[in-house]
Amino acid sequence: MNHHLVLRVVSKLLIPFILLFALYVQFHGDYGPGGGFQAGVLFASAFILYALIYGVDNAREVLPPKALRFLVPVGLIIYALTGFASIVMGGNYLDYDVLAHDPQHGQHLGILVIEFGVGTTVAAVMVTIFYAYAGRTRDVDDEDW
Amino acid sequence: MSLLSEHIPVLQVAVPLLSAPLCSLLRGVRLPWLLALAVSWFAFAISILLLIQVMDSGDISYHMGNWAPPFGIEYRVDVINAFVLLIISGISAVALPYARLSVAHEVDPRRHGQFYTAYLLCLTGLLGVTITGDAFNIFVFLEISSLSAYVLIAAGARQDRRALTAAYNYLVLGTVGATFFVIGVGLLYMVTGTLNIADLAERIRPLADNRAVQAGFAFIIIGMGLKLAMFPMHTWLPNAYTYAPSTVTVFLASTATKVSVYVVLRFLFTVFGPAYGFVGLTFEYIFLPLAILAMFIGSTAAIYQTNLKRLFAYSSVAQLGYIVLGIALGNIAGLTATVLHLFNHALMKGALFMALGCVALRIGAVSINGVRGLGREMPWTFAAIAGAGLSLIGVPSTVGFISKWYLILGALENSWWPVALLIVASSLLAVIYVWKIIEAAYFGVAPEGRGPVAEAPLEMLAPLWLMVVANFYFGIDADLTTSVAGKVAATFLGSGS
Repeated sequence: MNHHLVLRVVSKLLIPFILLFALYVQFHGDYGPGGGFQAGVLFASAFILYALIYGVDNAREVLPPKALRFLVPVGLIIYALTGFASIVMGGNYLDYDVLAHDPQHGQHLGILVIEFGVGTTVAAVMVTIFYAYAGRTRDVDDEDW
Repeated sequence: MSLLSEHIPVLQVAVPLLSAPLCSLLRGVRLPWLLALAVSWFAFAISILLLIQVMDSGDISYHMGNWAPPFGIEYRVDVINAFVLLIISGISAVALPYARLSVAHEVDPRRHGQFYTAYLLCLTGLLGVTITGDAFNIFVFLEISSLSAYVLIAAGARQDRRALTAAYNYLVLGTVGATFFVIGVGLLYMVTGTLNIADLAERIRPLADNRAVQAGFAFIIIGMGLKLAMFPMHTWLPNAYTYAPSTVTVFLASTATKVSVYVVLRFLFTVFGPAYGFVGLTFEYIFLPLAILAMFIGSTAAIYQTNLKRLFAYSSVAQLGYIVLGIALGNIAGLTATVLHLFNHALMKGALFMALGCVALRIGAVSINGVRGLGREMPWTFAAIAGAGLSLIGVPSTVGFISKWYLILGALENSWWPVALLIVASSLLAVIYVWKIIEAAYFGVAPEGRGPVAEAPLEMLAPLWLMVVANFYFGIDADLTTSVAGKVAATFLGSGS
């Protein structure tokens, strides 16, 4: 891809803004349109764009498959533990009311935390799927997955 | 502890769900298994508590996130799903002690973390489908259990590459089934504006003539029919059971199709109600002939199989025929037979596939020629096959007899003499295929080149024999199971009219 100067420069310019926009969609999802799933896909798309322009090998150095294998379950664990946290604090499973001093803040906090879990898992899964397909042309050692 | 007892309905699902991602972070072979074992036993304990609680004090309703139904998601436990929860978690609790050696033998050691993650997700999904009181939630959990089941079946690829095509085939058909189901639920939602099952049941009664409701009914029954391998939609089942790792076959054969039967029962009786015109028509013109065809074609196909896992897979198709037949009879005795057979068939097939797993551990592939003469070398394993085989045939003092007894009672109650005779006749087919194995194992001559074969290790024999003994125990003292099943049947038939 060395000769695609325009693509390289433009994507280099865009990637930070894509990441930033993903974070906006993630953390403003409780008030505006968006949420964990959309943000996760946007966040992953920045890495996928990077991999398309600069090669999958470089992308693997930025975001190693081992880290992804860790991030996929962690998002789900964040979600599920939030549910248990509300049981411990005296509510029903996933009842956010009890998470903070008053129900409104509790709901706010709860949705923010579980959506962060969703975002983490979705972003990691998207990149994992991309790696899995992008890696098909060469032999990939099973250990790396 | 009162804090926990209030939350047991959600712990039933949330604990396996949380443990699945934790399991995928664990390294090695032993830790993931230990976690899965602990979670299964925990789930089993919870389901026993739930059943006791609903038997004593009636239905339990748990509001997810404290949002009141019908707007929020409700977990609703009554006798019916408490019984199914007990079957699922019970089988899992027995299958996991057995699993360690079998999985170590059949699944790539680097993938045990992922294998048990998929297993726990499958358990989560099946428990979730059963416990939830929300129609869309059923779909979500159904997909969790199905997607992880495809992975589990594909894990057999180390033994036989055909596991991959079997899993893919199941994926395509299973997805069609789930899509049909969700289309049906969508149609009902369009008309009624609710997804809560209890609320749906109330709102659907005055809408019996609505075209969308009728279409929704058809989509749901066909979609779940695919999932439960109702003849002739069973084509995914034989290969999936044959090429999956032994532990997976034990677990899926005893639970996955049962859960789909439960969903069908739930929609037929709780949502639409026996009084709904279509329900009666479905029983007589669709379920009855298909069930009888399944009994005969499944059993006949089983006779001609050389791979023993495939033989019992076809036998499962036939046994699901009995389950559907009980629904088709449409009376208390028939429905009792259906509910009983959910439990009884799980016991028989659990035991049989466990025994085949023991054989697979020692000699690899389980073909009819491969097991010749093995009865003398693995006496405990083959005695177990003989015992569970008797139960499959329906010999008195086994659980198989109890199910068939109620089926025949149900058929006679409707004065359907030919049906009663067909039930007996199809049992004779089971005699043939069970005898085929017994003959090969005890009277056959060992193929040349096979060295001495050791008996399966105690760690696998103990769970296997636990299942075999349960086959006889619940066959002789059937009070517990029949009283629960009878109560379930009475609830179902009473709820609509």
